[in-house]
Amino acid sequence: MKKLNLKLVVCIAVFSAVSMTACRPKNVGSAVSGDAAKKTYVAPGKYDEFYNFVSGGFSGQMSVYGLPSARLLRVIPVFSVDPEKGWGYSEETKPMLNTSHGFVPWDDLHHVELSQTNGEINGKWVFGNANNTPRLARIDLRTFRTAEIIELPNSAGNHSSPFGTENSEYIVAGTRFSVPADNANGDVAISSYKQNFKGHISFVSINPENGGMNIAFQIKTPGVNFDLARCGRAKSHGWFFFSCYNTEQANTLLEVNASQKDKDFIMAVNWKKAEEYLKAGKGTKVPVKYAHNVYSDETHTATSTIKTEVTVLDASVLKDICYFIPCPKSPHGCDVDPTGEFIVGSGKLAALIPVFSFDKIQKAIADKSYDGEFEGIPVIKYESALYGEVKKPGLGPLHTEFDGKGNAYTSFFVSSEVVKWNIKDLKVVDRVPTFYSVGHLCVPGGNTRKPNPKYLIAYNKITKDRYLPTGPELAQSAQLYDISGEKMQLILDFPTIGEPHYAQALSADLITKNQVKIFKIEDNKHPYATKGEGESKVVRQGNKVHVYMTSVRSHFAPDNIEGVKMGDEVYFHVTNLEQDWDVPHGFAVKGANNAELLIMPGETQTLKWVPEKVGMFPMYCTDFCSALHQEMQGYVRVSPAGSNVPLTFHVGKTASAPEAAK
Amino acid sequence: MRKLLIIISMGAISAFFAGCNSNSGGESTAETTTETPQATTTENGNPSYDPNRGEGKFTKVELGATLDAAMATEGEKVSNVKCSSCHKLTDEKLVGPGWKGVTTRRTPEWIMNFITNTDAMLDKDPAAQAQLEICLVRMPNQSLTNDDARHLLEFMRKNDGVK
Repeated sequence: MKKLNLKLVVCIAVFSAVSMTACRPKNVGSAVSGDAAKKTYVAPGKYDEFYNFVSGGFSGQMSVYGLPSARLLRVIPVFSVDPEKGWGYSEETKPMLNTSHGFVPWDDLHHVELSQTNGEINGKWVFGNANNTPRLARIDLRTFRTAEIIELPNSAGNHSSPFGTENSEYIVAGTRFSVPADNANGDVAISSYKQNFKGHISFVSINPENGGMNIAFQIKTPGVNFDLARCGRAKSHGWFFFSCYNTEQANTLLEVNASQKDKDFIMAVNWKKAEEYLKAGKGTKVPVKYAHNVYSDETHTATSTIKTEVTVLDASVLKDICYFIPCPKSPHGCDVDPTGEFIVGSGKLAALIPVFSFDKIQKAIADKSYDGEFEGIPVIKYESALYGEVKKPGLGPLHTEFDGKGNAYTSFFVSSEVVKWNIKDLKVVDRVPTFYSVGHLCVPGGNTRKPNPKYLIAYNKITKDRYLPTGPELAQSAQLYDISGEKMQLILDFPTIGEPHYAQALSADLITKNQVKIFKIEDNKHPYATKGEGESKVVRQGNKVHVYMTSVRSHFAPDNIEGVKMGDEVYFHVTNLEQDWDVPHGFAVKGANNAELLIMPGETQTLKWVPEKVGMFPMYCTDFCSALHQEMQGYVRVSPAGSNVPLTFHVGKTASAPEAAK
Repeated sequence: MRKLLIIISMGAISAFFAGCNSNSGGESTAETTTETPQATTTENGNPSYDPNRGEGKFTKVELGATLDAAMATEGEKVSNVKCSSCHKLTDEKLVGPGWKGVTTRRTPEWIMNFITNTDAMLDKDPAAQAQLEICLVRMPNQSLTNDDARHLLEFMRKNDGVK
């Protein structure tokens, strides 16, 4: 790598006076060969081979791209409100963003994890984490909608999450910021970090039938910063590995103070053992407060429940559930190969990649080959756990994915490249540049027992000079590489939303066959559903006005409403009567301090509207639905408080009706 | 825009099927022609299309001499949820045509095929296309079951005075 840089410097020195472009070996021309377009072209009407689920970073959402075309197929709202879909604006979806801190309209979605069976992706669910106000979300891949969100107590900065076991028994969530536990006094001096701050790792169980999430237990650990995680698989099933930094336990200027030690840790967790302790009643029930939000496809409504207890296992007391393995230096990525034998630790400040052996870790534990303890947790000797080191691979190793053919692909943030190396002999096989500062990588199934190694996608932090400029900020950049041959080949750049962190991909056929196309109107159990235009009505309850409204191409019923008064809260419960795929209807009202609704076929959604002026308020359908879409509209008349305009509503009546004259 | 794409793609699909039918020659054509000798050629040149039966899964619908009141009641329930937003029971057009007299104008097979296989029929049936030119809204697929369709037919018969 240094040689390469040196060449570059020499090249620039010699040629810069002559031509800038001539001495940029990393430009498009030299990096992309002629058949790249052919490899990524998916003809109109043809489908992509893979779905790529990409975290939306600070957008709080998850995006779905087709591969290899990189067409954006969908943005799934998860942790942030989304006016396009009414997510967090409709009465039914507001509870999904409820937390113990109340309604939180934004979060930071870092990683994605597809559900697995026997170490292979099963296409049922994809999970996402909220980093800021710690939460986990489950997205149902039949509907591409967020079906469940659970908050995580005793945590702050839910970064090493949502990583799952090979049958999705658990999705884990490790705290990035260690903090005083929720039931402890948090009003302490920050400088008392070592005494008062603790780490908590949550194990959230997943119901194999319906995906239902439940915090099965938490493990209390010393106060460090947990970064990423990977489950064991195959032979190491039953174990989980977490990278952590700041074993210095510093609380200020961490960029210096958390880089003091030569080695931090990877924490190995024997979760099967933890389960035994849990069953044996060794856990402590701790009072906490967290929200658990579930969306029903029958009532089309979310419910938010506040839960008040979690069971905590103390790793410093229950000695054989957690072990620390020294790892140079400020480890970030922590990745397990498809056989489950090799654990790759990537110290983001290290100039080598340590590869640990599961067998050697087991032997070290059996032999008690320890280097003492760290706050009550045994520290395994580095050499006793180490399989070997990849020497001089590049600068700033972060994340590793696997191809199932004995190769590993590691991203290098500082030297902006992907390096392919052989897991057995730890020799570098190939390297390609990225543009620029790559973070995570994705190989379809690259974290499973059976990767599907056709493509590798790099998710980059910096985009400068790759696309047309758009002011100070540029779209985040992802890059697609063909890895089917010996050499990696860059074949496409594509922009993404937010800052993409991790992503996962799977074969499209695992998902397409299970798609929900409509919600059956017969199965609609929404309490305010209107099943048929004949049932549409407007009901006053005190100052609340409930509009039971239907939508069908191309009208609402009712489409004329009078008798609404200032001070009323109006609830439009709109049922989409269509039973045809891809025919949502929208609903918007002038001046509403809210968003629109976007209602799927057979679904009911509710918009709350509090009129703030007397007058005439048009409403209309926002999603083009037919040749007469523009005619899909209506009026709501708002009268002063105390006015005697009777509550009336209708559809299809002409203007000659006597009460209309008033 | 989205709907326009669907219209175009449905057109392409029906053209494709038309090609298949003419190529495969005998079997599908023979089946329909034996039952309905009036089979004729449509504007888009499909020789196997039978404008009396329409196209869909229903080839022969047995009707009782008198009304099946229970079926008609079920049909009315389906109509209230899925049909009455757009169709009146009189001969007045709302979004779609009024239902009055439909069972005398169309065969039972045509009606049940149309309401369960709407997109395909709108693409090739001359009578359906003529109606679309008047209404300008393609009837949505309402995902009716076979029973729903049969019950609706009975409700339409009731509406047309069958006792």
